Amino acid sequence: MLNFIIRRVAVAIPTLIILLVASFWLMQTAPGGPFTSERPLPAQVLANIEAKYGLDQPVYKQLWDYVVGIVTQFDFGPSYKYKDRSVNDIIAQGFPVTLTYGIISFLVAIIIGGALGISAAIRQNSWLDYFAVGVTIGAQVLPNFVMAPILILVFTLWLGWLPGGGWNGGQWDHIIMPVIALSTSYMASIARLTRSSMLEVLRSNFIRTARAKGLPDNVIIWRHALKPSLLPVISYLGPAFVGMVTGSFIIDAIFGTGGIGYFYVNSAFNRDYAVMMGLTILLGSMTILFNMVVDILYAWIDPKIRL
Amino acid sequence: MNISIKAALLGSALALAGPAFADMMHPKTGEKLAEDQTFTYRVLDEHTSVDPQIVEDVSGSEIVRDLFEGLYNQDRAGELVPGVALDHDTNDDKTVYTFILRKDAKWSDGKPVTAGDFVYAWRRLADPATASEYQWYMEVMGIKNAGGVMSGDMPVEELGVKAIDDHTLEVTLESSLPYFALTTTHTSTFPTPAWAIEAHGADWIKPENIVVNGAYKLTEHVANERLVRERNPMYWDNDNTIIEKVTSLVINDENVALTRYQAGELDRTEIPAGQYPSLKETNPDEATAFPRLCSYYYTINVSDSTPEFLKDDRVRRALSYAINRDIITEKVLQGGQTAAYTFTPGATAGFEVPSVDYAGWSQDERNAKAVELMTEAGYGKDNPIDLTLLYNTSEAHKKVALAVSQMWKQNLGVNVTLENQEWKTYLTTRGEQNYEIARAGWCGDYNEASTFLDLVQSGSGYNDAKYANDMVDSLLADAKTMDNPQPNYTKVEEIIAADMPIIPIYHYAGSFMIKPELIGSWPVENVEQNWYSKDLYKVAK
Repeated sequence: MLNFIIRRVAVAIPTLIILLVASFWLMQTAPGGPFTSERPLPAQVLANIEAKYGLDQPVYKQLWDYVVGIVTQFDFGPSYKYKDRSVNDIIAQGFPVTLTYGIISFLVAIIIGGALGISAAIRQNSWLDYFAVGVTIGAQVLPNFVMAPILILVFTLWLGWLPGGGWNGGQWDHIIMPVIALSTSYMASIARLTRSSMLEVLRSNFIRTARAKGLPDNVIIWRHALKPSLLPVISYLGPAFVGMVTGSFIIDAIFGTGGIGYFYVNSAFNRDYAVMMGLTILLGSMTILFNMVVDILYAWIDPKIRL
Repeated sequence: MNISIKAALLGSALALAGPAFADMMHPKTGEKLAEDQTFTYRVLDEHTSVDPQIVEDVSGSEIVRDLFEGLYNQDRAGELVPGVALDHDTNDDKTVYTFILRKDAKWSDGKPVTAGDFVYAWRRLADPATASEYQWYMEVMGIKNAGGVMSGDMPVEELGVKAIDDHTLEVTLESSLPYFALTTTHTSTFPTPAWAIEAHGADWIKPENIVVNGAYKLTEHVANERLVRERNPMYWDNDNTIIEKVTSLVINDENVALTRYQAGELDRTEIPAGQYPSLKETNPDEATAFPRLCSYYYTINVSDSTPEFLKDDRVRRALSYAINRDIITEKVLQGGQTAAYTFTPGATAGFEVPSVDYAGWSQDERNAKAVELMTEAGYGKDNPIDLTLLYNTSEAHKKVALAVSQMWKQNLGVNVTLENQEWKTYLTTRGEQNYEIARAGWCGDYNEASTFLDLVQSGSGYNDAKYANDMVDSLLADAKTMDNPQPNYTKVEEIIAADMPIIPIYHYAGSFMIKPELIGSWPVENVEQNWYSKDLYKVAK
């Protein structure tokens, strides 16, 4: 097992380096720069600004300085657009927000999605199954950029129950709508995956044997069927978790939560190089980390994988 | 029993701690003021900075105007009113301006605001080490030696600004500039506290460190979520400030912002494109539209890289004439915009819109003339022109481009390919003249026609058409020092109308939903929309 973990970590590091170099290169190739604007700056002014940020250096030097800054001082550089703050400031302020609504959404998605999926599978072709399938299909086809404004319309304007956005230091009533909007489609996927894999397992030979032995349904489902039917769900949970905690542009843009998802997408439009790189590294590392965690979990559940 | 006593006690405690302006009248207008004097508004995007010398966006400048105060402010109509400066004097040839500063102006830490703070700020703006994107504004202002300081060839001490004493500021210009005082309302010229910047470096603008001289103090800032400012008791005119607290909320989606406005969370928000007529009908005392100091136009590439037909002014004029601007403003946009036949908006201070020929024709006459010009140039429905129209990705620009391409197709048989690009890519394409016709927009940096017309000067960095006309250049150069430059501006507009390197389409309008209790104090006549929270107030319903 330890060997397996070491192998996975050894692959993760070069992956991150490739990601870093590739995104730096892609970013540099995009037309325009951080200071391209409708009012082109006089050459002298542009030169002064580029000198200040080291953008007058050759690209390899810029990349090298950037990496050295991260490794030696954990400094991800300045924002060229939001000049009052550094990338570290942006991450320090935005990431906790994203993490909060991301983790809550993840838990909500697993609990509701898992429960729906299992109950639908156990009572296949009953009204409960049709209900669960109906809900999940509805939830999956309704994209969050449509759902979010509808939630605001209903809960803020019509019912007046919840504030229409903002974060307010993470007050509970500001978290509810972002969580619903973010978790719904994941919840639906988890429910459908759980249902189909549970159904498959319930039809397998060893379950039939268990039934033949006269084991009660409870024991069959919880002791024998649950673990194997979770395998495909777990492989989905890794990317899903990363997807939720790395922030959502839609959630941040519509609810004005101040998370990093919005900064990330906008940094590309603004050519805000350091912000984009900093967030790429952060989100890239998380993606790699959680995929690794999933692989390890997988290996733990299913010993065949370790080989 | 107990409960009612408690309630009574609570009630009286609340009455004692009641807001200062409850039951009060406005000191000047005598209107009865509302109890709630907070102002919450929506901004599209996070501001770039609250540092006067660094800020570069509109929403950031709005915040800076609350936190800091420059030499002059603007009133509701956009006219200059004293800020830190009480008055100014100038020599005969208008190259030296002397500002007399008020003695009661204080920073939020109690230090007096002095002429030295302005000297520091202006040097800081010009200093290459600050690397401000608004560095060039010192050149717009025409401050002596600004160019030399910016390039690093001269020390900042050579900049033409000095403190005669604590309350007298003297500015020396490169050449005469009659409208110089107008340029001092720009946020980049606001004073900054040297001691705070030296003590905290780049972090001086954080709420815990910032020292301000404006009517409000920065009390909270959560990036991309909210920024809160509260009244500054050290401000010299604090007694006349009515709004207690101003909050800007970042809400990217304009429709969501409108929903939140309707739910009572906001006092002001922008009206989403196309919704002005219906909102005006349902909420006539909240929906408001007013002219802005901005023009929407199509720029035609007239550089060497352009196709042959665009080098022909008859084709360019035909394309311009064939656009029915009224359809664009009244049917496509519906937001209070006005048709444009000159580049400079009529709302510009001191500018009289010249009657360029085609402005006075009916659309049928324009269409007929357009066909005639095209035929003369050798093109028409049997020999059509193929051209590409570039715009930056946006629903509104797309609608206008579609309408225009239809008009060109129907009237002149022109085949138009629409091309949209992401903002920075589009700017690069336009700046490198890799286009044929491109959408463009321009908002005045100050309220004077030259802020528009300078764009058609051959040396201008903003002249993406690469239009060059010696006559225009000399007319504009002369206008700089004229007391009444209108005749020159008229001639330049007439030349543009004849050469048509740019096709003016419409002048922008701002349209807001503003709460009825606030709307009375909103400076709708200020075309630059330079508003100051200290001048706003809510009246009792």
